[in-house]
Amino acid sequence: MTEPLLFELSSPGRVGYRLPELDVPETALPEKYLRPELPLPELSEREVVQHFTRLSQLNFSIDTGFYPLGSCTMKYNPKLHEEVARLPGFARIHPWQSESTVQGALQLMYELQEYLAEITGLPGVSLQPVAGAHGELTGMLIVRAYHQEHGDEGRTVVLVPDSAHGTNPATAAMCGYKVATVPSDPRGNMDVRELERLTDETVAGLMLTNPNTLGLFEEHILQVAEIVHEAGGLIYCDGANVNALLGIASPGELGTDVLHLNLHKTFSTPHGGGGPGAGATVVTEELTPFLPTPAAARREERESTAAATEYYLDYERPQSIGPVSGFYGNFGVMVKAYAYLRSLGERGLREVSENAVLNANYLLEQLKGYYHLPYDRLCLHECVFSGKAQANLGVHTVDIAKRLIDLGFHPPTVYFPLIVDEALMIEPTETESLETLDAFVSAMRQIAQEAESEPELVRDAPRTTPVTRLDEAAAARKPNLRWQG
Amino acid sequence: MSSYIPTTDADRRKMLEILGLDSLQELFEVIPPEKRYPHLDLPPPLSEMEVKKLLRGLAEKNADLDHHPCFLGAGAYHHFVPAVVDHIISRGEFYTAYTPYQPEVSQGTLTTIYEFQTMVCQLAGMDVANASMYDGATGVAEAGLMAARVTRRDGLVVASTLHPRYREVLRTYTQGMGMDIQEVGYGEDGGVDLRQADQLLGTGTAALMVQYPNFLGSLEDLQPLSELAHGVGALLVVCVDPIALGLFRAPGEQGADIVVGEGQSLGSPPSYGGPYVGLFACRQKYLRQIPGRLVGMTTDADGRRGFVLTLQPREQHIRREKATSNICTNEALVALAAATYLAIMGKHGLRQVAELCYHKAHHAASEIDALPGYERLFGQFFKEFVIRTPVSPATVNALLMEHGIIGGYGLERDYPQLGDCLLLCVTEMNTKEEIDSLLEALREIGDAR
Ligand SMILES: Cc1ncc(COP(=O)(O)O)c(C=O)c1O
Repeated sequence: MTEPLLFELSSPGRVGYRLPELDVPETALPEKYLRPELPLPELSEREVVQHFTRLSQLNFSIDTGFYPLGSCTMKYNPKLHEEVARLPGFARIHPWQSESTVQGALQLMYELQEYLAEITGLPGVSLQPVAGAHGELTGMLIVRAYHQEHGDEGRTVVLVPDSAHGTNPATAAMCGYKVATVPSDPRGNMDVRELERLTDETVAGLMLTNPNTLGLFEEHILQVAEIVHEAGGLIYCDGANVNALLGIASPGELGTDVLHLNLHKTFSTPHGGGGPGAGATVVTEELTPFLPTPAAARREERESTAAATEYYLDYERPQSIGPVSGFYGNFGVMVKAYAYLRSLGERGLREVSENAVLNANYLLEQLKGYYHLPYDRLCLHECVFSGKAQANLGVHTVDIAKRLIDLGFHPPTVYFPLIVDEALMIEPTETESLETLDAFVSAMRQIAQEAESEPELVRDAPRTTPVTRLDEAAAARKPNLRWQG
Repeated sequence: MSSYIPTTDADRRKMLEILGLDSLQELFEVIPPEKRYPHLDLPPPLSEMEVKKLLRGLAEKNADLDHHPCFLGAGAYHHFVPAVVDHIISRGEFYTAYTPYQPEVSQGTLTTIYEFQTMVCQLAGMDVANASMYDGATGVAEAGLMAARVTRRDGLVVASTLHPRYREVLRTYTQGMGMDIQEVGYGEDGGVDLRQADQLLGTGTAALMVQYPNFLGSLEDLQPLSELAHGVGALLVVCVDPIALGLFRAPGEQGADIVVGEGQSLGSPPSYGGPYVGLFACRQKYLRQIPGRLVGMTTDADGRRGFVLTLQPREQHIRREKATSNICTNEALVALAAATYLAIMGKHGLRQVAELCYHKAHHAASEIDALPGYERLFGQFFKEFVIRTPVSPATVNALLMEHGIIGGYGLERDYPQLGDCLLLCVTEMNTKEEIDSLLEALREIGDAR
């Protein structure tokens, strides 16, 4: 890699900005508060553009290739969305403007709330959380508030399946709960017998993911919900995998009390290299009073004879857990999700899930003779293989991942879920062509072959990238986290 | 087919055949039959042209800052965004990538985060900064939680001049942790009441949390606050306006232990409240307790420089319920906007932006103060200031809007004692003509009373 850092490119006296002259009288600056120096770099506009453009070219992205990163739903991000989110009437409005001056924004938020409620079968919606984990925090604080409201102070435990994403137990802990782990059964479902054993009056709720992180639908979901509900607990569903269920099944009808959606997965808003996301949280009618404030709301104003609709921000939720972020959530992301939903409608959404699931099963079928498949049944939107056969040959999942890079693909999610040895979690999404899937299948089969015939080739990968394998141990041992010249 | 799906009917038939299935429905037989295929009452699908028209219609119902002079701040700011910023963050290689888990194909994102971390440290005068938090409010909340971990104490003393909404978010975040949060008021100059702070701070206090400049716009001398906090073994957490740091002393030089802030001003539009980006920096000795992602420099197998996500054992995917935070996705693209903005503005530009804000705000403030019926409150300030108005702040704002001007932030909800006051913000975006039209409108409102 040859691109120098901004600080190395900097040269004293160079500027990249053109600001206007001061057009009002000057006021003396308060000497006591002034900083003696500002150690930022000095660059021209040309250099800045060149620098970041070159850096961008070192990235793999959806726009440049197949990105089957399991659990992350790396689907195509429509360009229309970028354009509409940047309209001045969306991008350049201030969050404290009076409601009458932002009716379009409030209407969009209100309607998006309605659509998400319809899709999930859960009527209460907060658009305020800005990521999946943030939605989890919101949801679990709601669970906590609900039990407190019922004077149920003895519930100190949250159940989390062993296949769960790390944010689930981390969230439970942030809400002050102890975590108890529910094991999985041989078919990749939550072990119902174990769940029954662990569920008692100390349990505040269960955080499940459906389809789970193995890409499998929880076959006993209704029974699971019944067990937890009977004991007075609530069901939190991590909706990271809802791309499998749009128009196919409503989480609300499957016993879910609280769910977060990742708009940056299911509803096609881009991931931005790690955000911004949006983690809309949806809940049952009963839990609606606990949602964060404010929410977008609508009222009909009867002016003379004509009824006028007015949108406003509703702060009247005395039982609310309180706000979870600075304003109303990632509005710019909401605009994109809204545009997506208006483009697709009911039929389009169902097609999304049908094709996402078809693609995942196609990959599962085409790869199962080549990699160990720990749970051999139809999957939903993703499939999880184990690289353990290759590991026995000295080629580990990390090696397979790196070799895929040389063959032109982004690797799947690796070493997650934790319950699968040498896990390879593959989520193709619905936006990939059969040709792309076939090319990926060929690459995976080739690597399986290479693991036997040329293991060194796989272990030395990647060779085609701007850098080869990086020394992560050294990075952690002696952290260098900022440029010091 | 719509839905951005490239698969043709022929493809689907072929794929189903390979799966030994006759229909797509068979893929979903695992779902309880009575729950399958709910009807969704959604509006019908629209073409690209129609969606664009619909969205443009909604956008045009809003009064935007391209068409209205704006004097609102209070946590979201209207600053100039150079064209370069949007150009860079619009590159598909950046915005359609995931979190950089595979460093060999993510050096672009990783390098920019390393540069972002560096510049946040430079601004704040701190040793380490993370890759971002969700926003300023959640940055404050995470700082409170981190201070509790570092000190093994559960008390927080929070300035009432810390953004009211941030204080609320702090309470939301900590409600499961049983923390004891007390508020310390402000004195005559608008700064933290030192005597009261001294009384509230004790051996159970994890941190004193203040804002710089504070919510009411006042500049604060951080040195005595840091001495008070450190005197009882507590940390000083400072929430900053990064634009102000172009001109004013870095909190790190005045004893701050954790510096957080809202980074929206650095290259992102107000966008009705988000996406924004939380800045988070601390001293080296607290590194292991920092929440969120960190990027570090290392070398590859061939000895070349490269960047990776590092110190991951603090994070949820490794440490699960023992993680320093549950944060996973953060605000990488907004952080990239901030890095690009800081690169363009640089050493001289950021200072110039801050000076323009300062002079314009002071000019507006003194002119308003001279208007009959208006009075500016408190001492030294940067770009925001409090004005006592002759009629209620809500009325002033409504009348300003009749002149096409977006007014200030009414303080009645958060500070009942300042119920007749507006918080106004003036930035480099406000021209002399805009300020003059504000003055004219305020004079008219005052005269009409
Ligand atoms: C199953 C699951 N749950 C939760 C999350 C957390 O979502 P986010 O990264 O948006 O916080 C993710 C994604 O990273 C996930 O895959």
